[in-house]
Amino acid sequence: MAIIPNKHEMPTQEPSVRAHNFSEVALGYTAEIAVEEAQRCLNCKNQPCVSGCPVNIHIPEFIAQVKEGNFEEAYKIISTTSSLPAVCGRVCPQESQCESKCTLGIKFEPVGIGRLERFVADYHNENNKEQPPVPAPNGHKVAIVGSGPSGLTCAGDLAKKGYKVTVYEALHTAGGVLVYGIPEFRLPKKIVAKEVETLKALGVDVETNVVIGKTLTIDELFEMGYEAVFVGSGAGLPRFMNIPGEAYKGVYSANEFLTRSNLMKAYKEDPVTPIMKGGKVAVVGGGNVAMDAARTALRLGAEKVYIVYRRSMEELPARKEEVEHAKEEGIDFRLLNNPVEILGYNNPDDPRDPKNGFVTGIKCVKMELGEPDASGRRRPVEIKGSEFVLDVDAVIMSIGTSPNPLIKNTTKGLDVNDHGGIIVNEDGLTSRDAVYAGGDAVTGAATVISAMGAGKLAAKSIDEYLSKR
Amino acid sequence: MYKIVSKKSLNATVTQMEIEAPLVANKAKPGQFIILRVDEEGERIPLTVAGTDPEKGTVKIIFQIVGGTTEKLNHKAEGECLQDFVGPLGVATHTEGIKKVCIVGGGVGCAIAMPVAQEFHRLGANVTSIIGFRSKDILILEDEFKACSDKLYVMTDDGSYGQHGNVTVPLKEMLENGETFDEIITIGPLIMMKFVVATAKPYNIPVTVSMNPIMIDGTGMCGGCRLTLNQDGKKVTKFACVDGPDFNGYEVDFDEAMSRNRMYMDFERHAYEEACNLFKKEA
Repeated sequence: MAIIPNKHEMPTQEPSVRAHNFSEVALGYTAEIAVEEAQRCLNCKNQPCVSGCPVNIHIPEFIAQVKEGNFEEAYKIISTTSSLPAVCGRVCPQESQCESKCTLGIKFEPVGIGRLERFVADYHNENNKEQPPVPAPNGHKVAIVGSGPSGLTCAGDLAKKGYKVTVYEALHTAGGVLVYGIPEFRLPKKIVAKEVETLKALGVDVETNVVIGKTLTIDELFEMGYEAVFVGSGAGLPRFMNIPGEAYKGVYSANEFLTRSNLMKAYKEDPVTPIMKGGKVAVVGGGNVAMDAARTALRLGAEKVYIVYRRSMEELPARKEEVEHAKEEGIDFRLLNNPVEILGYNNPDDPRDPKNGFVTGIKCVKMELGEPDASGRRRPVEIKGSEFVLDVDAVIMSIGTSPNPLIKNTTKGLDVNDHGGIIVNEDGLTSRDAVYAGGDAVTGAATVISAMGAGKLAAKSIDEYLSKR
Repeated sequence: MYKIVSKKSLNATVTQMEIEAPLVANKAKPGQFIILRVDEEGERIPLTVAGTDPEKGTVKIIFQIVGGTTEKLNHKAEGECLQDFVGPLGVATHTEGIKKVCIVGGGVGCAIAMPVAQEFHRLGANVTSIIGFRSKDILILEDEFKACSDKLYVMTDDGSYGQHGNVTVPLKEMLENGETFDEIITIGPLIMMKFVVATAKPYNIPVTVSMNPIMIDGTGMCGGCRLTLNQDGKKVTKFACVDGPDFNGYEVDFDEAMSRNRMYMDFERHAYEEACNLFKKEA
C-alpha cells in the first residue's frame, strides 16, 4: 500500500469565523480520519517517537489500537504514562518532540501523533462512563504545591501507586496555567476540569484557595503528616521592559490580560471582571503566550492586533501552528521591531480629563540581526534613527516571568539559582530533604509537557524515597 | 465555602463581617489582606484583614460598598457562605523597633488602620491616632481607636463631629510643636496619604503608606497591582501583592497610582448600577 505522504489535515473553524469567537479552533479528527491517520504509522521496532516524548507515552502501541478501532484500549495505553492526554494532545509542541523523531518524517510528514492522542482522549472522555478503580492505599501521604501540569501529573502518578495525595492550589480553580493562561479557543476549560475530575476519582484531594508560603508553609505540611512535598508552583511575576510609559492605563502583562479573560471569564458578555476590549492592540514578544494574548485581544473585538518582536520569524519561539493560526486570523506581525517607549494621553489643560493616562501608542525602533548571542540566536541590533510610532490603545507585555518569591522566602534551606529558580538534582530533589520541585518554578517559563515530564520524574523519585521508609 | 459568622453595619455604606476561615485566622497579621469571591461567577477582590480570632477560626473584614461586587457582598446575610476566601496575602506591617507611632486613617481606611494601631498598643508602643471622615454620619470605629490609642484625634471635613478639617491638620500642628514619632503609618485614600507624606517630609519622619491597587490573583502572578517607587533617583517597579501593600511613602509615585486606580472607573460604575438594579428588582 502506498504511503500517504501528508498528515490528515486537522479540521478547524474558518479563520474569519473563529476570529470572533472563543470556541476551540481545532475541531479534532473524526474516528474515520483517526483510523486512516493511524494506518500511516510504520510501527518501527526501535520506537524513535517514544524517546521524543517527555513522558514516554507508548506511541506505536496506542496507534496500533487506533488502527484497529480499539479506541478505549488506546486510551488505556496512553494513560499508563500520561495523566493529561486531552491536554497534551492539544498543547504539546509535537513537531519538536515525538513527531520530530518519526521515521516517516524523514521523507514525508510525520504521523500526526498529537492529533491521534487528542482524538483518543476526547473519545474516552465522551464515551467512557466507567470510573477507574481506586488503587489500594499504601499509607503514605504526599502534598503537591500547585495544580498546574507538573503538579497534576505528579499527583496522578502517585495516586495510581496508592499514595494519599493532596494538591494545594492558590487560585479558586484547579489547573494552573491550563486555566488562567491558555485560552478557551486552544484548550477548552471543560477539558481541564474533566482531567482534574479524573484525578479526584483516583482519590486525589484538591484544596483550592491555599497559598503555600502564606496560608501554610512547607514545614507545616510536614508537621501535618505529609512525608514528601512536590513544588510545582509555576512561573511568577511578569517581566516588564523598564521603558518609559509602562504604567499607563492599557499596559498589561500577558499574565494579567489572559487571567482576566480566561480565569475570570472577562471574554463573556457582561463580565464581572473588566478588560479592555476593541481598539488597536500591540503584543510585545514572540512566544506561545504572546500568540495567545494577541488572538485573545482579536476575539475580544480589537480592530487591529500587532505582534511586536525584536527578532525575525526564524527566531520567533512560538509553535509554528500557533503562528500560522494567528496569521490566518489577521494578526499583523511586526518583526525586527523593538519597543522603546509607550506613549500616553496627557491633557495639560485639564487634569481631570478622563482620557488622561491611557495608552495612545508604542514607539519602536527597527532592528537588524547581528552575530549569534549566548542563546545561539542572532542578536538583534538597533538601526539608529529608525524610530516610529504604532498607534495603539493597549500594550500587552509578553516577555516572560521571574520566579515567585513566596515559597523561597518561607522555606529555610531551599536553594535557588541566580534567576530565583528552585535548584533540583537529576531526581527532581531540592536542597531540602523530601522536598521535590519541577516545572516553571525550576526552569522558568517553559512548556506544559516539560512541566509534566518533571512532575513524572518527581513522582518516581518520591515513590523510590518513600517505599524505602 | 466560607461562612459569614456575623454581620454588622458600621454606617450606611460600610459593613463589617466575620468570616469562618481557620487557616487564614491562624496566620493573618495586621497589614495583610485576603482575596474573596462572593459567588461562583464572582470577581476577585482584595480586602485588608481588620482582625482575627484564631480560636474561633474567624477573620474580620470591613468593606465599603463601592461597586457591583461589594454591593453583592453586602447582600449576603449572616449564616450564608462566600465562594472563596484566600490569604493572608502581602507582607505584615513592620513593627520592630517602633516605640512611638502615629497612625493616620481616612474613611474606610480606618478599618485597616485599626488592627495596626491595636498591634502597636499590644506591643507597648505609644500610639497617637488621627482618624478622619467626611462627616459625622460616616464615622466608624471611634471606640476601638480610643481603646488602643494614647492620644486620639477625630476629624471631619465638614466639622460635624470632632475637630473641623482633614487629618493633616493635627499632624502638622503636632510636628510644628516639636512632637516626633519613630514612624507615621497612614492608610486611606491615595490623595490623603500623599498629603500626609508631604506634611511629614520637612521633619524627616519615616512614613509607611498602605497601597490598595487593582488586583486579580494577589499572589504575584498577574502584575496588575504594580506601582512605581522612586529609589535614589531610579524608578523601580514593585508589586503590591507580594512586595507590599506597605511601602515607604516618600518613594511611592502617588499620581501614577491614582491614575491607574481609575482604569476601570466607567466599568465599575456600570457594574454597581447593574447590581443595584438587580437587587431593587428582587426586593
